[in-house]
Amino acid sequence: MTTTIISERTSIAAQRIEIADVSAYYGSFTALSGVSMTIEPRAVTAFIGPSGCGKSTMLRAINRMHETIPGARVEGSITLGGESVLDRRVDPVAVRSRVGMVFQRPNPFPTMSIRDNVLVGVRLQGRRLSRSDADDLVEMSLRAANLWEPVKAILSKPGGSLSGGQQQRLCIARAIAVKPDVLLMDEPCSALDPISTAAIEELIANLRRDYTVVIVTHNMGQAQRVSDATAFFTVDGAGQPGRLVEYRDTTTMFSRPVDPRTADYLAGRFG
Amino acid sequence: MTIAFSDMTASPTRTLGSSGRRVSRFFETGSRGVAVAAGGVVILALGGVTVFLTVQGWPAWTAASGLPQNASSLWALAGPLAFGSVWASAIALVLTAPISVGVALFLSEYAPRRVARVLGSVVDVLAAVPSVVFGLWGLMVLAPMLAGPYAWLSAKMGWFPLFSGQSSATGRTILTAAIVLSIMMTPIMASVCREAFTQTPQALREAAIALGSTPWEVIRLAVLPYGRSAMISGCMLALGRALGETMAVAMVLSATPGLVSLQVLTSSNPNTTAAFIAQNFPEAHGMQVSALIALGLVLFAITFVVNAVARRVARPRKEA
Ligand SMILES: Nc1ncnc2c1ncn2[C@@H]1O[C@H](COP(=O)(O)OP(=O)(O)OP(=O)(O)O)[C@@H](O)[C@H]1O
Ligand SMILES: [Mg+2]
Repeated sequence: MTTTIISERTSIAAQRIEIADVSAYYGSFTALSGVSMTIEPRAVTAFIGPSGCGKSTMLRAINRMHETIPGARVEGSITLGGESVLDRRVDPVAVRSRVGMVFQRPNPFPTMSIRDNVLVGVRLQGRRLSRSDADDLVEMSLRAANLWEPVKAILSKPGGSLSGGQQQRLCIARAIAVKPDVLLMDEPCSALDPISTAAIEELIANLRRDYTVVIVTHNMGQAQRVSDATAFFTVDGAGQPGRLVEYRDTTTMFSRPVDPRTADYLAGRFG
Repeated sequence: MTIAFSDMTASPTRTLGSSGRRVSRFFETGSRGVAVAAGGVVILALGGVTVFLTVQGWPAWTAASGLPQNASSLWALAGPLAFGSVWASAIALVLTAPISVGVALFLSEYAPRRVARVLGSVVDVLAAVPSVVFGLWGLMVLAPMLAGPYAWLSAKMGWFPLFSGQSSATGRTILTAAIVLSIMMTPIMASVCREAFTQTPQALREAAIALGSTPWEVIRLAVLPYGRSAMISGCMLALGRALGETMAVAMVLSATPGLVSLQVLTSSNPNTTAAFIAQNFPEAHGMQVSALIALGLVLFAITFVVNAVARRVARPRKEA
């Protein structure tokens, strides 16, 4: 393809995301309007806000998943390490190999073995791995996802045979096996029990050493625990576009929010 | 659910709730009764057919004379016919399976929605065309059309065992019969597969897309594994139709009694069980009737085995 976006990760700067005046549409409906923000590399950024304010839409614009919905499109500019993501000439497949995603409901390939689930991204990129390199990659990714101990003896079992929390960690292992620059997580714990949730939060704290992590969450406690920066989105009412209201470091955001709408939202949550 | 809810609300709706419960009881027991009855009817019918085929065909199994085609035993008659049935159906399945999956993928993944809807109903109509029509078309249009290509195939690729031998001048070979069969099987299998493919969970598709899959890789990772058991049951439905098909085969195929041969282009071809029964029944009497019924039992057994095998293969691997 005409793009250079598959470059090996060279510096931390390659993991910075710049979002400039992004609007997103579903057909004629504007779901998100005029979002500008810089997402810092190797840090955890949380998106919070009421249902329907466009958090998922923003997230899915970053790896160009948004455009896979019929009639959906994005305007504005998103760059990853200075390279345009939304440029029509850029292959979305290449973008997605640099920007991994974890979904709300765990979605491992159910009949594929645990091992193959971890390797699937690397194989999609057409990279040939020797048997021992593949073994190493599987172990490394599963360790990074805190899943190695429970599954090391059952790597050939299907991904669908794990518990929900384990499946979600398998999805994280699958996403990081390709060594992406960015990891997007859309409410990764909302289908999980508190213990699995704690395990994943701990994992996110480790992931931020290597990856730029963007997480959508409805759990204010979680946002406070895991994130370095928080972005609050809101929407005025049905049919209105979602907007970014306030974006700052998490501690300040939760202790001294500047915008009254943020203060109301946070207060309402804890009130 | 609604019953439990109305039970908990101590309010005037109580009476309404309890009458609703009575009505729903009625449907509960009623529907269970219907289900049990339907299941019973199916099993009885199946058992009845088996008993009929066994009892009525019994004398033929030990008979040494009076059999159709002056066969020396029923086995000598049934063997080549069973072979013909399986062989013709197998060729037809080899042609049908990839085409059906391709058509189904095109309709579910690639075609614009409107095109898919029109083509989908065309496929469904094709599935409903009576087999005599396919038989006529196969005999009068397809067979003459294929005679030329068959001659070419046997000249150029005669070294390949299936294409060896003198090619038929009329084109009425087992390959033509299999092609006609596969045209009849394709709509069935394609619509079963399409149904399953379109139901692939969005979450699985997105898992594949988010990992950087091309559309074909989405199919490979999400759609085909999800549709696996549907593809297998589609094959079985199609095979069932092919094994039992009489008219189309009887009309198209120029068969040689008692022949077992893998050559698909020659003018001498094995007959199929179903076509043989249909062709001979009108003239049959006495032991011959028994023999034809015994052949029916053989066909029944073949179908049964095919289905049992398919069930084993199709059984989904353990999932959470
Ligand atoms: N596939 C779609 N087609 C049409 N409109 C959509 C689609 N997905 C989302 N929307 C609309 O876009 C707006 C933003 O949705 P989005 O899913 O981004 O919200 P969200 O902030 O993630 O909400 P939640 O917290 O409930 O997940 C909503 O008004 C929603 O109805
Ligand atoms: Mg969402």
